[in-house]
Amino acid sequence: MTQDRILMAHGSGGLMSQRLIDEVFKQAWQNEIMEPMLDGAILQMPAGRLAMSTDSFVITPLFFPGGDIGKLSICGTVNDLLACGATPLYLSTAFIIEEGLPIAELRLIAESMAKTAREVGVKLVTGDTKVVEKGSCDGVFINTTGIGIIPEGIDYRPPRIQPGDKVIVTGYVGDHGLAILAQREGLTFSTPVVSDCAALYQLEEMVAKYGDAIKCMRDPTRGGLATVLNEIAVQAGIGIRVKEAAIPVAPAVKGACDMLGMDPLYMANEGKMVMFVAAAAARDLLFDLHQLSPTANAAIIGQVDAGPSGLVLIETELGAERILGILEGEHVPRIC
Amino acid sequence: MSNDVKDYQQQLLQAIQSFNGSASLMEVCGTHTMAIAKSGIRGLLPPNIKLLSGPGCPVCVTSQGDIDAVILMVQQKDLILVTFGDMMRVPGTYSSLQEERSQGADIRVAYSPLDALRVARENPQKEVVFLGIGFETTTPTIAITLEQAVKEGLKNFSVFSLHKVVPPALELIFSDTDIKVDGLICPGHVSAVIGVKPYEILTDKYKKPCVITGFETQDILEGIYMLLQQLKKDEARVEIQYGRVVKPEGNPIARQTMERVFKPAAARWRGLGMIPASGLELREEYAGMDTRLKFGIPEIEELPIKGCACGEVLTGKISPPDCALFGRACTPLKPVGPCMVSHEGSCAAFYRYTPVKGRG
Repeated sequence: MTQDRILMAHGSGGLMSQRLIDEVFKQAWQNEIMEPMLDGAILQMPAGRLAMSTDSFVITPLFFPGGDIGKLSICGTVNDLLACGATPLYLSTAFIIEEGLPIAELRLIAESMAKTAREVGVKLVTGDTKVVEKGSCDGVFINTTGIGIIPEGIDYRPPRIQPGDKVIVTGYVGDHGLAILAQREGLTFSTPVVSDCAALYQLEEMVAKYGDAIKCMRDPTRGGLATVLNEIAVQAGIGIRVKEAAIPVAPAVKGACDMLGMDPLYMANEGKMVMFVAAAAARDLLFDLHQLSPTANAAIIGQVDAGPSGLVLIETELGAERILGILEGEHVPRIC
Repeated sequence: MSNDVKDYQQQLLQAIQSFNGSASLMEVCGTHTMAIAKSGIRGLLPPNIKLLSGPGCPVCVTSQGDIDAVILMVQQKDLILVTFGDMMRVPGTYSSLQEERSQGADIRVAYSPLDALRVARENPQKEVVFLGIGFETTTPTIAITLEQAVKEGLKNFSVFSLHKVVPPALELIFSDTDIKVDGLICPGHVSAVIGVKPYEILTDKYKKPCVITGFETQDILEGIYMLLQQLKKDEARVEIQYGRVVKPEGNPIARQTMERVFKPAAARWRGLGMIPASGLELREEYAGMDTRLKFGIPEIEELPIKGCACGEVLTGKISPPDCALFGRACTPLKPVGPCMVSHEGSCAAFYRYTPVKGRG
């Protein structure tokens, strides 16, 4: 590639667009489905129910400790499909690229997407690129849409949750949110905080093993653990009680959040799952999760109550009980 | 949490619960407001011990007139305003910074005032205004920013100073006979800068105990316990619970930095009105970087928000649920007053962490 930055001409649909696709994207992503370069991907689907999910990724900085926007765009959609109980199969992607973005960065992002997709076992089968004028977007925005197949007998919808079910979170909460904040604002901590950005494809094994003993799963991204618990409490018409002391938070994240006046329970995660599980299976599942590296710090954080419906309560370290509400507006550090 | 820590906290709690007299203790720091609400301590105390929230949230105590003046400025002048995130949603009489931004005003959120300098460097053709808000903890960093701006010869940078200092407001609260405060949970961060001296003046004059307290649940329990012990013995001293951070002399270097750049001035506080020497304005040497002087910003009359009792809440005269708007017309999603906007405001803390039945 002769130019080293994205020009408006890269979005013209002509020769320069073709070159960009050939030399950056196709090279990284090539597979037999994408190869014929048709207007769309033609897929052979196994029998069964499909899950479909879409997500758009806008993040500053594009590269951060623990990942980059490319890896994130694969993990995010894959985790959404996994939360539906599906085995992710195919992804489409669309790029909105800002004029002036170094092509080397775009290549790193494409390669990171390819690497993550390979690890997970999903294929990027169709894509699109658009270029917008400088200032119209921030570096690059990426959308991915994924489809996956749901095994027979799996139905992870909130109404299946029953009083007595246990709530598991698969590891430390708040790492991603704090890592991004720290990177963006130039905050440094004595223990570096790294994003948890990961595709939790190992959970497919748990789905296969535990089947309908798992009632529901959701990945606690924006709004964090607290927001997801509230969403589910409302959708399932149940009450949830969790214990503050049981929620895994990395010491560095806790320390930094205390300093900034922020709450890790409201900070984004990109490699965690909240699982609602029948009480009888909870301990075995927890044991199995501890054997897998991305879920090694999983913990049972609480349980489902008959009521009050739609309400999440947290028992503080002191033994008092208070509401764990949903995030309103933006989560910002204190001024003091 | 280890069992030893848990046992210790339970013992402290029991000692506090067994206090016989009645005591109203006030904290004056947004971080305390949040920490107390989050820990659930209030619900575990007997009715004879009350925890009040005072004017501890810098966003909340900013007067309505000052907020309106800032909004008017971004409407009328072509400049870049850099501010802390909490200020974005605070409602002015007719608009908020968030609304102004959605209509095209160039308003940027920063985490450090030094970010505003970067914006000024990157936009030499534009005037860049930093909205300076906060108490003694934040002000030294603003002072350093101004010194740096002078060093670099930045001509397009100025600070709209809404800075305030804590002690004059505390004195007003202690002297107001309508406000019943028996002891003060003093702010940990602010005290790390100002030290014990300003509180000693208060304890001598008003005979009320002060304990400089940290922000962990255990710190707060110890702070309350220490205040109750003094009340029991009829003492009024300044004690430091938060010794791992606060030294009796405070941080003289931070104070000197502040004094090099700022001088005391009268300031309007929401709920407390004009308090002499409770604000900070830029010294003459920095007049060129004083937004108010640079752009001739007018003083705007204080228009109270109808029905909003933030003023009474800020002085501990009423508890948030006693406000007629609380939880009905005023919620964190649709806040009427600043105490519901700021995430360290008393109303927001109460609303967020109190079970539904307590929400009014």
